[in-house]
Amino acid sequence: MTSIDTHHAVDGAASQPAVATWLTSADHKHVGRLFIGSGLVGLLGGLVLAVLVAVERIDAEGFQLLDESTASQVLAAARLLLTYGAVVPLVLGMVVAIVPLQLGARSISFPRLAATGFWFWLTGLGLAVASIIGNGGPGGGEAEMVDLYLAALVVLALGGLMVAGSVATTALTARTPGMGLLRAPLFSWSSFVGSIALLLSLPVFIGTSVYLYVDHRYARAGFGGNMGVNHWIGWSLSQPFTYVLAIPLLGFVLDAIPVMNRSRLPQRAAANVAIGLVAVGLLTATTQSAVTLPWEGDGFFSGLGDKIADLLPFALLNLVPLLGLLGVLGGVALTLKSAKPRVASPLVFAVLGLLTILLGAASHVVYAIQDAGLAGTIFEAGSYVAVTFGSVTLAFGAIAYWGPKIWGRRVPDKAALPLALLAFVATALGSLPYMIAGFADQPAGVLDGFSYGGPQELWNALTAIGFVLMLLVSLAFIGLVAKSFTAGEAAGDDPWDGTTLEWATSSPPPADNFSEVIVVGSEYPLADMKNSSGKVG
Amino acid sequence: MLALPPTPQPAPRRQLFVGTALASAAGTMLLGGMLAVWLQFRADAPYRESSRRGLIKDWMPEKIVVPEVAANMMLIAFFVVCIMAQWAVWSAKRGDRTHTAMALGMSALIGLAALNSQVFIWTQMGVIARDGAFHSMFYALTGTFMALLVAGIVYTAVAAFRYLGRGTSDVQIVSAHALYWYFLTAAFSALWFVVYVQK
Repeated sequence: MTSIDTHHAVDGAASQPAVATWLTSADHKHVGRLFIGSGLVGLLGGLVLAVLVAVERIDAEGFQLLDESTASQVLAAARLLLTYGAVVPLVLGMVVAIVPLQLGARSISFPRLAATGFWFWLTGLGLAVASIIGNGGPGGGEAEMVDLYLAALVVLALGGLMVAGSVATTALTARTPGMGLLRAPLFSWSSFVGSIALLLSLPVFIGTSVYLYVDHRYARAGFGGNMGVNHWIGWSLSQPFTYVLAIPLLGFVLDAIPVMNRSRLPQRAAANVAIGLVAVGLLTATTQSAVTLPWEGDGFFSGLGDKIADLLPFALLNLVPLLGLLGVLGGVALTLKSAKPRVASPLVFAVLGLLTILLGAASHVVYAIQDAGLAGTIFEAGSYVAVTFGSVTLAFGAIAYWGPKIWGRRVPDKAALPLALLAFVATALGSLPYMIAGFADQPAGVLDGFSYGGPQELWNALTAIGFVLMLLVSLAFIGLVAKSFTAGEAAGDDPWDGTTLEWATSSPPPADNFSEVIVVGSEYPLADMKNSSGKVG
Repeated sequence: MLALPPTPQPAPRRQLFVGTALASAAGTMLLGGMLAVWLQFRADAPYRESSRRGLIKDWMPEKIVVPEVAANMMLIAFFVVCIMAQWAVWSAKRGDRTHTAMALGMSALIGLAALNSQVFIWTQMGVIARDGAFHSMFYALTGTFMALLVAGIVYTAVAAFRYLGRGTSDVQIVSAHALYWYFLTAAFSALWFVVYVQK
């Protein structure tokens, strides 16, 4: 007895033209591929704009590439594209494609909802970018375009909400027999946690955007008009919310590294908890603003009660997610210590991506301490770049790891490996100089007309080099993926000698994923099967 | 590929019910967030002297009068829909098509009555969206709730078609439908108190 038919993958697919199949399919692998492909295109768009912004900042005396009216719009579009046009679709694409396979499910729950979510997201993103081009982003001068931007954000977030609902329901209801939630692979666990976090935070974003839309369109009385957009919903494009978006990628790190290491993850329960701690960052949606720490007074113990009252929310929103990230790093370190890993691109992407996200999270803690005097400086952009580029690096690793499963062909490992190192260098160059410039009081959100003591051109030039390098790395990686997709080496069903269920089916998987129902007896069901069949010692 | 041990297809684990619960949680955050912003604006408003209530927050303009009877009837309507939806669940579990159909029909009818009450409140209050922060936020908040209410009525129609169209096998959609109306009732209770009572 059920209300849901989960087997839509083969609905008329054989009789439809290929394009129609791609446009209408509710097969979670198709939807995942659409998200990943769109995310890679969005990444290139965001990086091109980020390069423009960074180059414009090098010489702060007059505009070179942009003009005053377009500068703020390009700045807004770059962040929107990097966050909601790149990180979000890359993460959701991997989640939608892989989680049902890991759980031994025949399909994602509410497959049509997930497919609709993709088209909502794409439509919302397209309209948001179009409105920014029409001078309608945050602070934009074209009133109707600002309205369109706010409406587009609602559509975009609704798309994310639909996908998150679909993924969370899959994790709760479609697991194969024997697989409790805590026995699910850590990517599935983190995807579940991340989906719940999105389900609880995106509606707050939608509600505030609706207020902004109605107020801007009719009254412009309460929310600051076009200049108030960033004040009210800027939290959705900044830390700690950016960690929430990256939560599923932490699961990739914790799944892939033990496989690369041919060992088991020690303290697995602690890893579950660590991922949950990062999700505490979703509470930023409830405050709808950054929580900072004022630490004033003559001595340490002066006004200690007030200080503790300030410290608690600060710790909850900034230190707890950092603690979770450190927990993930601890799990990785213990795993790598236990055996000699094989150095493959997913491992290098995973380790370096995690380190850069940690850099972003740690630097954000410093930023949030008011006595550091960094509020309003470009330091925040440094943290954002570290977290966002770190997320992209992890997404590249996830594509290199699961790409063979999703489209049946390997991503060339030798070519991908140096890209991981270059992405790390690009992230360091793109973020650290902004952090240094932040200490020198370079203002945030400004591309021109600032001056401070120190080599300001050097810091901004280094950042521009970092962004250009990340753009080149992304282009090269996309080229590798495209080559792999069309003419790559056949991957086989289990190219990494995996331990979880996605590797138990063919590559790419059939429409219904598994020919038979699998009963699971441990956290590593495929390893159990290999051991029982004597294939692996 | 490895040979895997064959087992029977596992029974579905109430996907629609869980999905509805998650949607209700998301809806709670949506309206909760909007009510929080509303309360923040109200808290930031200065005080003014009211002839009936003494010193009050100058948030809702003096000229605007809430049609309290309609607002209260709307609240009552939601509680009645909950009873109807639960009647549908009770009947569906016993395979009683007639009573289930009646209960779902009543749910839709009373849902439409609630919708009508909201439209009546809008027309009676005469709030013009462009007149200020309260005005635009009032429509944003009640309009968002209206969208959730319309979704509830559509859900009732879909539940009725699916339950009646499949014999009496699809009990899950009827219970998931009831859950959604419980959520709407809780959400409207909060909205009613904040917007129409506390003002």
